[in-house]
This record gives sequence, structure tokens and C-alpha cells, in this order.
Amino acid sequence: MNTIIFCIPLLPFLGFLLTGIFRNYLSRQLCGIIASGTIFISFLLVLYVFFNHAYSPEAITYFDFISNPLLRISFAFQVDQLSTLFMLIITGVGFLIHVYSTAYMHEETPAHYARFFSYLNLFVFSMLLLVLGANYVIMFVGWEGVGICSYLLIGYWFKNNQYNYAARKAFVMNRIGDVGFLLAIFWIISKFGSADYSVVFSNATTIDTAEITGITILLFVGAIGKSAQIPLYTWLPDAMAGPTPVSALIHAATMVTAGIYMVARSNVLYSLSPVSMGIVAIIGLATALLAASIALFQNDIKKVLAYSTVSQLGFMFIALGVGAYTTGVFHVMTHAFFKALLFLGAGSVIHAMGGEQDITKMGGLRKKTPITYWTFLIAVLAISGFPFTSGFISKDEIIIAAYSYSKPIFWLTSFAAVLTSFYMFRLLMLVFFGSFRGTPDQEKHLHESPAAMTIPLIILAVLSALGGFIQLPHVFGGHDYLNEFLAPVVPAFSHGTEDIAMREYYLLGATIIGLLIVFVLTRKWYAVSTFEGKYSGFKNVLAHKWYIDELYDGLIVNPFTNFAGFLKSKIENSGIDGLVNGIGRFIRYLSRQVRLVQSGLVGNYILIMVLSITVLFLVFWNQDVLMGFLQKIF
Amino acid sequence: MIALLLILIPVVTGVVAFFMKERKMVRNWSIFSSLLTLLCLLALLANLAPASNASYHAAWLPFMGSQFSLEMTGLVKMLVLLNALIYPIVFVATFQRTFDQPARYYGLMLLMQAGMMGVFLSTDALVFYFFWELALVPAYFLCSQWGNEKRIQATFKFFVYTFLGSLLMLIGIIIMHGKTPDHSFSLQSFIHTTLTAKEENFLFWLFFLAFAIKMPLFPFHTWQPFAYEQSDTSVTIILSSVMVKMGLFAALRWLLPVFPHAAHTYSHLIIILGVIGLLYASIIASRQNDLKRLIAYASIAHIGLMCASIFVANESSIQGLMVQMFNHGIIVAGLWITAEVIETQYGTRKISELGGLAQKAPVLALLLMVMALGNIALPLTSAFIGEFLMFNGLFQYNMIIAAVALISIILSAIYTFNMVQNIYYGNTLPATENAQEANRYARFSLIVLSLLVLFLGFYPHPLFQLTNDSLQAIVSKINLF
Amino acid sequence: MPVSYYIILAATLFCIGVVGVLTRRNAIIIFMCVELMLNAVNLLLVAFSKMQNIAHPPGSVVINGSDAQIFVFFIMVVAAAEVSVGLAIIVMMYRNVHSIDVNFLNRLKN
Repeated sequence: MNTIIFCIPLLPFLGFLLTGIFRNYLSRQLCGIIASGTIFISFLLVLYVFFNHAYSPEAITYFDFISNPLLRISFAFQVDQLSTLFMLIITGVGFLIHVYSTAYMHEETPAHYARFFSYLNLFVFSMLLLVLGANYVIMFVGWEGVGICSYLLIGYWFKNNQYNYAARKAFVMNRIGDVGFLLAIFWIISKFGSADYSVVFSNATTIDTAEITGITILLFVGAIGKSAQIPLYTWLPDAMAGPTPVSALIHAATMVTAGIYMVARSNVLYSLSPVSMGIVAIIGLATALLAASIALFQNDIKKVLAYSTVSQLGFMFIALGVGAYTTGVFHVMTHAFFKALLFLGAGSVIHAMGGEQDITKMGGLRKKTPITYWTFLIAVLAISGFPFTSGFISKDEIIIAAYSYSKPIFWLTSFAAVLTSFYMFRLLMLVFFGSFRGTPDQEKHLHESPAAMTIPLIILAVLSALGGFIQLPHVFGGHDYLNEFLAPVVPAFSHGTEDIAMREYYLLGATIIGLLIVFVLTRKWYAVSTFEGKYSGFKNVLAHKWYIDELYDGLIVNPFTNFAGFLKSKIENSGIDGLVNGIGRFIRYLSRQVRLVQSGLVGNYILIMVLSITVLFLVFWNQDVLMGFLQKIF
Repeated sequence: MIALLLILIPVVTGVVAFFMKERKMVRNWSIFSSLLTLLCLLALLANLAPASNASYHAAWLPFMGSQFSLEMTGLVKMLVLLNALIYPIVFVATFQRTFDQPARYYGLMLLMQAGMMGVFLSTDALVFYFFWELALVPAYFLCSQWGNEKRIQATFKFFVYTFLGSLLMLIGIIIMHGKTPDHSFSLQSFIHTTLTAKEENFLFWLFFLAFAIKMPLFPFHTWQPFAYEQSDTSVTIILSSVMVKMGLFAALRWLLPVFPHAAHTYSHLIIILGVIGLLYASIIASRQNDLKRLIAYASIAHIGLMCASIFVANESSIQGLMVQMFNHGIIVAGLWITAEVIETQYGTRKISELGGLAQKAPVLALLLMVMALGNIALPLTSAFIGEFLMFNGLFQYNMIIAAVALISIILSAIYTFNMVQNIYYGNTLPATENAQEANRYARFSLIVLSLLVLFLGFYPHPLFQLTNDSLQAIVSKINLF
Repeated sequence: MPVSYYIILAATLFCIGVVGVLTRRNAIIIFMCVELMLNAVNLLLVAFSKMQNIAHPPGSVVINGSDAQIFVFFIMVVAAAEVSVGLAIIVMMYRNVHSIDVNFLNRLKN
């Protein structure tokens, strides 16, 4: 069993090596088969683990990664329900996206095609490492690994410097979070003497609450970076520079949920610190609202989805913050389905439009791309919380949990959910309804995508529609299968004795009414034949993302650049080096003064000689007088 | 015996190299020599040769109490391994270069290797000083004869600066010699000499300044970017990956055990200087347009952290430091080799004039990427292990300092990716329009280094095992206080 | 005759020599002044030796002053050798710079 588990991440790594090393020799087809095949086998292995309940309470240790007398960090995997669920999402959705990519990327030259897939496989490997690790250090290894893969994939079209900057921005912002994560790890090591989950969680209660709060906040800083929360969220929309399947896999379904995984994994620590939980909930809520408000008026199809992702991640953190860990994880799962579907659908649209991403130029694609339309519709319904789709059930749980935690959070969360449905329907209307607003050439080119792209869409659509049923509320005759499944690792939210049945009904009713209103409004405003996409007033502020990027540039980036320039030219070159050179120059100056004595005129030399002799003569003649004089002075 | 051979082989072959005429002959001879050194060492490390080979003692200047004694602890083995490994790599990477006066170049290179070997191996202060200078003199000639237009000026600064440090150390050694009860120069009697606090503090600074200049520690670092920029890149590789380790190594082997109280007294100051250097050099690196200067500042930044770790002096930091000395050596060598390839091929080191090499030279781009990732200490590259342990050690020492020092991982990402992006990504510029792949010798060297970086990043155990005895010895010595 | 007369004469000669060396620029005159100084010293040596001889007649244990007279011959020989070398230098100098002004000799400075 240990070998099988080791093979789960190893296979994508092999895929990475094969496609990477032989990238100049592999045909596109072979490359696609290798890349998707390795992920698929990993997926089968995870299924095997899942169905055999091969969970080990103890970590599976392979070798010592770091060892010294005081600290031992092993290269160990922890296969439990939580990591298995994440592995299922990563390899399952990952496989579908790989298949999709084989068609989406077919215009690339074989060498670049292979490069793309090798990065993608490396990403899956790192992500699996992240969720499999049995201690925080291995998690960090995967954590940084996915970061660098994200960097490589955002900058995949490296000829465009704009994309490269986006890639670097993503990596640097992630690193800001990583500082927090690393500090948390060091803190954990200094308190527990180990970074293993088992040691840390079983001894968590022995540590002072203030320290736990410090540790959990620092961990959350890491999560903020990786999961794009306020204030480190601005990289994610820019990360849309990468190919669309990358956005689907990395920047929607898996990598960005690593922060949720981390918090859910550390639930023992978080539960001990109400302060940290409050911070998590508030940051999550603020992000959900801010990102949703920005998404309302974006005109780039991928930007809308990116802000939507940020917002949905905020929802997940709300769930975690109010203590509903399993709900957060559940939303990760459903979100992986519908958001991957949305991105892949968007990719299909972009594909049909010949690379166009501006929704002001789309419209009326419903007829031309029926499969894409229907699957996209399902995804939109799911994310907007249409009753009994997966998104409804998970978001519903979050809202109900928020209600038990605090009323203001409940209302604001609900408001964010309304905004979600609004911007999603706006997108749907602008893309698929109304009439086509692009150029005639584009109109001629419109076509449905090939099967390799549509089949993953259909599978994901089914999952988005029905995937929620594993956790259908009791009121509607369901059962908490997921909560039960995760119970050994992550505790479910306890509502206490409150009666939540009534709330479920109210929510169901409110959702239906709300969606109807949103549908009517967006249909009226956005299912149109001409659409400028220009806004004024407050809408313009939203369309410009609250000018947050400009603010960061003005407050942080530019001052830093200037400061670095100041250090380089003033302190380093004129200051420190100036001092060092100054000493040398001073000595040279002195020597130049002394050198003047060496005039080269014989007369001078002789004069000096004669004078010196005279002086010496006088000195020795009057030695006693001189000494007496000197003694008088000193 | 092998300990002696490690010095003798480069000395003898180096002297012979001076008298060779043919360029190819002297080059092959040097490669042969460096490989022979490496083989000797590997035989020892693989336990093929009896362990008694690890030390060597002979009378040297008995009337002064100085003995020619060489000993190998784990720390020494690792640095000697680095030294023995980098030389063949450099010689192979520059296989196709035609140097002026090749006999002199290769002869001096080998002599420098011998000098550094001696520094690492010797346990007698006088012998140590002798080799310290022996390494410096060839470095002076190498830097001043091969390189860029301002090399004389740069080398002069380098030489005067380090020589000043050496002289302070010499004074320190002579005073220490007078203090030892048996009037000996040996490390053991230095360690066992009792000093008053005042004496110890004074002597500590005499030694430390020499080492700090060599490392170089902020604010004694300004000779370094200039010297690295102006000297020939092949020489810079040696200076940067092996020679700066002399300072760190000496602080670890000679400073901490001999002056433990003084080291403890001044640890806070030096750690703060190290951290300032770490951040300061990182920030300056982010604004460098010259590739070689950028790498030089990156190196200063890493050295700052390593120097701080010496004085943090707990298990984690010392272990991390020892591992990192090796790893930094191979990573920085890789970075310099790519710089060398770029400079010789495209005739410019200005980052703003380069671009789009990933289209033209994908293999080189990939290899540089590995080295760049090593430079930012990404997990699963070897640098991560060392930096993780060092930061961990720093955190155990002081939380605030560690938090401030950790900012450097953000900064390193900024300047490293600045470099990668400007050189390799984007579109081609006039200078890189006709760019080609690196020649296969340079590629081979880089591949060897990359594989080492990745393997040791995944499985660092060999390094830990090698240095385990030194770790125990140093830490037990420190824990007394 | 008292020895002080000789001393005053020698001192005067010496001073004339010193002043001549210091003030003149012509190499030959400087040379002659150097000779003047040497001869002033010679004169002193001879005078002192004579004085010593009178104070301690031959046969007494104390060293008599005849050593000094031998010194004088040494000095004359050395002076002769010096003159030959020095004149040769002056001739070479004249050939090179067409002057025997010593201030032309500061070329080494640059």
C-alpha cells in the first residue's frame, strides 16, 4: 500500500520528466497521452485507496528529509479522508482538464505543447505533495512547488512581457504569504519540536492560547497569499494571462484552494483560537464582497471568472472562520466542479471566438455552440445557487452556519451570494444571449469545440448539477455523507439544538425569488444587440477594480523601486564604497603631499642635508639643555 | 596521506603547467589534475581508503612550535569536496575558451586550488595563514591579468582589502602563539588557552575582521561586486563559490571554538549586521542591470544569512550553514557559468540588452531556471534545506530578527525573476538575435550541477551524514555557554 | 702657531664650499666646491695630527696622530676617483642636454 501511495504523486512526476526531457521528440498525440495517462492512473490509484478505505491514522514515512539531534522532519505522507478527498479532486478534475487541453492547445508547436504538459504534470505532482504531506514542511514543499508551476504556466507564452510580469507578480505575492507560513512553521517547531501533524495536533492544548493565535494567524497569512484573499488577491486576476486550462486547473479548482486545505487541516489549532477564526471569517467576508463587486462590471470573460473565484474563496474562508470546516471543504469540491466547468466553457467560447476574450464583442453564442451553452448554463446555475445544484447545497450550508455564528456576517454573506448570481447571469446573457457583436470574420469562424473539449465539459456539468447530493440537507431527505466521511479528520459544524429546518425553507424560497429577479433584470439589461461596456461614476470605480492595483503601485511598488535606487546609488556607491575609496584616496593625497619634498632639484636636497646636519649637530651639542627643555614641557 | 595529496596534486601539477606550451595540452593536463584530486577525495569519502588517510602530520618549524598538520572533520570534507568538484566543472565549462597565456592561467588556477585546500585542511595556525595567503596571491594575478578593462583597479582594491584582513589575522595569530602555554600554533592548544575577557575580545576582532572581509560581511563587502564584475568569469566562479567559503569556514573552525565567549558577546551585533547585509544586498540586486553584479549582490545576500547563522550557533543554524556552504557553492557556480556563456556568446552583460533566449537556447534557459530556483531556495532544490534550517535557527534565536530576515525570500524572488525574465523571456533584442545554444561542454557542466542541486534537494541525507561529526563537535563546544 | 688658526681657516673653507654647493647651479663649480670641502677636512686632519704629535712625542703609549695623515691620502685618492667619475657624468650630461646646469637633472622625477 505504501508503494501505491508513493506512486500517486510519482506518476505525474514521471510524466513531467518524460514530456519535459523528450519534448523535442514526442508528437503532440503521444505527449497528450503520456500526460493525461499518468494523471488518469494516479486517479485510479486514488480511487483504489478511496474504495479500500486505505487510510492510515499514522503517517507513512519514506525517509528522513531533515534530521538533526533536535529536529527530525521526515518525507512522510498522510493518507486520510481529507487528503483523499483533495486527491480525488486534483487527479479527477486534473485529468479532465488535461484531456481538454490536448485539444485546446493543439495550435502550439510540438515542443511547446510538450512543455505545457510537462509543467501541468509537475503542477499535479506538487499539488499532490501538498495534500499528501504528513507535516508542515512537506506541505510547504508542495506549496512552493505549485507556486513555481503557477509562475511557469502564467508565463507560458513568454514572448509577451505583460504575461511575464503577471507571472512574477503572482509568485512574489505568493512569497509574501509564504513568509507567514514559514514563520508559522518555525514557531510550531520551536513549540512542539516537530512539524508532524500528529505531534502538533495531539499536543495543541498544551500550548498557550496567545501562541496558538500567533501561529494560526501566520498560517493564515500563507493562506491569504495562496488563496488570493485581501490584501494579496490582485495576482489572481492577472494570472488569467495563462492558457485557459491553466486558469481552470490552477487558478480555480486546485491550487488556490490550498489555503482552505491548510486551514481545514489545522482545524485543531484554529478551534483553539477564536480570535484567529474571527479574522479568517472577516477577511473571507471582505474578500467575498470586494471581489464580487469588482466582478459586476468586468468586460473580460476570464477576469469575471477570476474575481468570481476570489469571491468564492472568500465564501470558503467564511465557512472555515465560522467553524464549519467540512462545509468549507465541501465548497472546495463543488467549486472545483462548477468553476472548472466555467473556465473550460469560457475556454471553449474563446476558442470559438478565435482568441477573443472581450464579452462586449460576443453575444448570441447559444445557437452556434450548444454544448458549451448548456454546460455553461448549468455551471452558472450552480454557482448562483439554483436549488439543488451542487453550488446551492454548499453555499446554503455556509450561509446557515454563518447565521448561527453571527447575524451581520449572515446578511453580508447572503448579499455576496446575490452579487454572485448577478454577475454570473450578466456574463451568461452577454455571451450567449442577445445578438453577436463581433466582426463578421469571427462570426463565420464560430463553431462548437471538438469532442476532447466537450466531453470534459459534459462530465463536469453532471458533477456540478448532481455533485452536491452527497451532502443534501436532512430537510430535503438527504444525508451528511461528506461530514461523516471527513469526521475522523475534520469535525463538522454543530448547530446545537437550533432548528434549522425552517431556515432551509426560507433560504430556498429566497433563493428562488432572488434568482428570478436577477434573471429578469440581467435579461433586460444585458441580452442586447449592442453593448459598449463603458461605465461612469461608481460603476467606473468598480470596473477599475476600486483602483487597488494603482494604489499598490503608488504605495508599495514605486516607493520600493525608488528606495532600491537610492540604496544603490547613494548608500552603496557614494556611502559605503565612497568611504572605502575615500580612505584610499586620503592615503594617496597624503603621499602626494609628501612627494613634493622630492623636488628633483639637487640644490634642495643639499640644503635639506646641510640644515639637517646643522640641527643634529646643535641637538647633540646641547643634549642636556634640550632634555631639560623637554622635561620642562612634559 | 590523501589529505596531503589533496594539496600536493594541485601544487605539483600547477607548477608543471607553467612550463607547458600547447594550450590544449595544458588544459587537458589541468582537467586531469583536477579530476585526480576529486578521485582521491572520493576514494576517501567512499571509505575505499583507510580512514587514517584523513590526517597528516609532519614537522615543519619545530623551533617555533609549528607543525604541518592536516585534519579532516566532516565540515572540512564537505568544503574540500566543493573545492575539488568545482575545479573540473570550471575547466570543462571553459573547455572552448582560449585564454591568453594558457600555461600561466591554468598554473595559477591550480595553485589557488592548492591554497584553498590547505586553508580547509590545516589545523596549525601558521600553516593556515601560509595557505590563506597562498590562495590570495594566485587570485591576485588571475584577477589582474584576465578580465575586463577596469580589472587592475578592482583587483587592487580586492587585494589591499583582503590583505589588510590577513595582516590583522597574522597579528592575532602571533599574539595567540605567545599566549599558548606550550608556545604552539596548533588549533588544539589555541582552543585550550585560557584568555582574559579583554584579551579574548581583542583577539576575536583581529581574527573576525579578516574573516568578515573575506566573506564578505556587510559593510566590508564593496570590494566584491567590483572584483567579480571585472575579473574573468571563470575566476569569479572560484572566488565566489569556493573562496568566500574560506571566511565562513574559518569563522566556524577557528573563531567559534577558540573565542567562544567573545563570539557569544558580539553575536547579536554580528547577526544584525548579517541580516542587514541580507536585505540590503537583496534590495540592491533588484536594481542591478549588470548580470555579474546582480549575481555578486545575490551572493552577498546569501553570505549575510550564513554569517548570521554562525553566530546564532544552535543545532539548526549550524547544520543549515554547513549544508548551505556546499549548496550555495554549486548553485552560484551554475549561475556564473550561465553568465559566462552569455558574456562570451553575446558580448554583453547588460540585462536590458538581453532577451528572448528561451526561444533561441531552450536548454540553457532550463538550466538557468534550475539555478535561479536554487537561488531563491525553492523546495526540492538543495538550497532550501540549508536556508530552511538557518532561518529556523534564527527564529529560535530571535523571532523578530527572523521575521525581518525572511523578507529576503520575497526580495530574492523579485531580483531573481527580474533576471530570468529579462534574459530569457520576452522577445529577442539585437544582441540576442543570432543567439545559439551553449556549447556542449558548458551544458554538460551545468547539467551535472543541476542534477546535484535537484538530487540533494530531494534527498539531502548524504550532506547531513557527512557533516554530522562536525555538528556535534561545534554544538557541544557552544552549548557549554 | 696655535691650532685654532688652522681650524678657523678650515671652517671658512668648508663654509665657502657649502655655500658654493648650495648656491651655484653649474655642475663643475659645484664639483670644485665639493673638493674645497674635502680639502678643508684634509687641512683639519693634518693640523690635528701635527698637534697630537706635539702633545705626545714618539715613543709614548698613547697613539700619536700619524693615522690622520694616512687618512688624508685616502681621501685624496677617493676624491680623485670621484672626480674622474663625476666629470664623466658631467660630460655625458652635457652631451645629452647641452648644459651643465644641475637643475636640468630633475628629469628622473617624471
